[in-house]
Amino acid sequence: MKKSNIFSKRNRVLIKELVKTDFKLRYQGSLLGVAWSVLKPLMLFIVMYLVFVKFLRFTDGTPSYPIVLLLGISVWGFVTEATSVGMQSIVSRGDLMRKINFPKYIIIISSVASSSIGLFINLAVVLVFAAFTGVSLTGFALLAPISILQLCVLVVGTSLILSALYVKYRDISHIWDVILQIVFYSMPIIYPLTLVSKSYPAIAKLMMLNPVAQIIQDLRHNLVAPSTVPTVWNIVHNFWIAIIPVVLTFVIFIVGVIYFRKNSKKFAEIV
Amino acid sequence: MNKKNDIALEVKNVSKSFHLPTEQASGIKQAFINWTKGIKGYEEQQVLRDISFEVKKGDFFGIVGRNGSGKSTLLKIISGIYTTDGGSVEVHGKLVPFIELGVGFNPELTGRENIYMNGAMLGFSNAEVDMMYDEIVDFAELPDFMDQKLKNYSSGMQVRLAFSIAIKAQGDILVLDEVLAVGDEAFQRKCYNYFAQLKKEKKTVILVTHSMDSVQQFCTNAIMIEKGKILKQGNVAKVAQSYRELFMGNDSNIKHNSNIKNINKNAIIKAKNTINHNLKKIYLDIKVLPKITINNPLIIVKINRDNGELVYRWASDEKTPQNFNITKNKEFNFNLEIDNIFPNGVFDIQFAVLKYDRSEDYILANNVTNFEIINVGSFSGDVYWKPKESYRLE
Repeated sequence: MKKSNIFSKRNRVLIKELVKTDFKLRYQGSLLGVAWSVLKPLMLFIVMYLVFVKFLRFTDGTPSYPIVLLLGISVWGFVTEATSVGMQSIVSRGDLMRKINFPKYIIIISSVASSSIGLFINLAVVLVFAAFTGVSLTGFALLAPISILQLCVLVVGTSLILSALYVKYRDISHIWDVILQIVFYSMPIIYPLTLVSKSYPAIAKLMMLNPVAQIIQDLRHNLVAPSTVPTVWNIVHNFWIAIIPVVLTFVIFIVGVIYFRKNSKKFAEIV
Repeated sequence: MNKKNDIALEVKNVSKSFHLPTEQASGIKQAFINWTKGIKGYEEQQVLRDISFEVKKGDFFGIVGRNGSGKSTLLKIISGIYTTDGGSVEVHGKLVPFIELGVGFNPELTGRENIYMNGAMLGFSNAEVDMMYDEIVDFAELPDFMDQKLKNYSSGMQVRLAFSIAIKAQGDILVLDEVLAVGDEAFQRKCYNYFAQLKKEKKTVILVTHSMDSVQQFCTNAIMIEKGKILKQGNVAKVAQSYRELFMGNDSNIKHNSNIKNINKNAIIKAKNTINHNLKKIYLDIKVLPKITINNPLIIVKINRDNGELVYRWASDEKTPQNFNITKNKEFNFNLEIDNIFPNGVFDIQFAVLKYDRSEDYILANNVTNFEIINVGSFSGDVYWKPKESYRLE
């Protein structure tokens, strides 16, 4: 009833407590604990590396490609996890919402925030690996926080839409699984963009208009391999087209905020 | 301006309805089918209609009503969990709601962590919880368990912890929903004492309860809700009485008869019950004016709880065999002395006259009179007996 501010003290405390609890409980009772959030993408990386790089030779041929691959997998892992958990977060906290009034977006923010802890651990691992393989950070690395910020905006926006839809239509979780698969293969994550752009340059450009693809390529370019990883900014020459993924990010976010706000009043009754 | 200042909560013309899905409508397929067929897919249920009341600062305000009367919905609206369809709710001050105890409690966290979590849910910063922490732990009597995980607590300990947070949380308005009867007896006593203290300190409390004892003991003001409307408002004693009458009304046999008469096909029955000075004996006095003659009758008296459960039975042939006949139009008195062994509750008395071999019922009267045992004594040790006011003989 009262206007609540995302930065109000109460909401900050609540987000902090929720994230803390979430992270503490995530690997509860497991022997390796937090190490799993590093091990999981690492194992996936080994499989992908062997299958796609070694056997199928989906590589751009540069020595830094394994790191580029690992970075892409880590970021994608964050996108899948954060949106899937975020989608279900409202429903899974339904019990809470029926008993106490608090701004509902806090649930989404805290859910994405706790997923992002995993992302940061993974990014640190990637950087350690990069150092071992002789990749050194350049001035471009200063741009990486912008990409991460954009990534969080995108994931929060998507989670807002998905979670509000999921309250009404439980089918969304299945549909989203399929969409994630489609998006995964439609992006240069397990194959280098050059593989596509060699024969179909137009399709490669189209792929890069996907905000997730743009963010992943930006991160790879800025953190690991500035010289070899193409980004939307250097393959699409028209600035107004190149900026589409950024605009899309904010459109998704704004639509998410509006849709979520409109529906959140009734969450406690429907859930 | 001054008037505004002493109001803690203002509820104006609040109404609320729910959409109850008629079929499982949480799928896209069903939503689509409903849309094409033009089916709404839900039924509208009006839960609250035009509710208005004020709670002044320092009031101990009771909300009573039967199950499903809408009182919990009202409480959720006050707490901001549900939005209203119409009307407004204005809260002046920090409202701390306890729709249920231990909101946000997680079995995997320790007692300490759960206190901070619960505090954050209720809108307290860590610093504020720090200040309340010792008091909460002391009140819950759990200082040795704070670093144990909640799942290793007994259920009584969990409730005690949750209740202590509820009670020690320093808000301006405390909202409590049926959380009174928790814990063992000693802990209950502690809680009741705390309520008494809250009342003395003139804290603003809103209490939703079924227990007329607590309403009469603590509340300064009350409303009764029935079918989504306010049925009675104001004086606590009157609200409590109409609440009780609501239940009596269920057994309509006697309700509109002149309180004390029970007109049966074969007899007119007047009954009253009294209790002796030390509350050890209850006396039943039943006057029967028979319209038929019954030779060698069997008289049965049963005392039932208001939920129908039989708690006492007396039959003339089993206990005191006596030979007497009931003569038409000749009034006779039936007196029975019963040890007061009854627990808390409302009891009604059933009177029956049967043929000696139980093959035929001549007179069967439900609820000829009734009484209520109130044992406020969970802390004072006193037992109160009172007849239902409406049946008291002049």
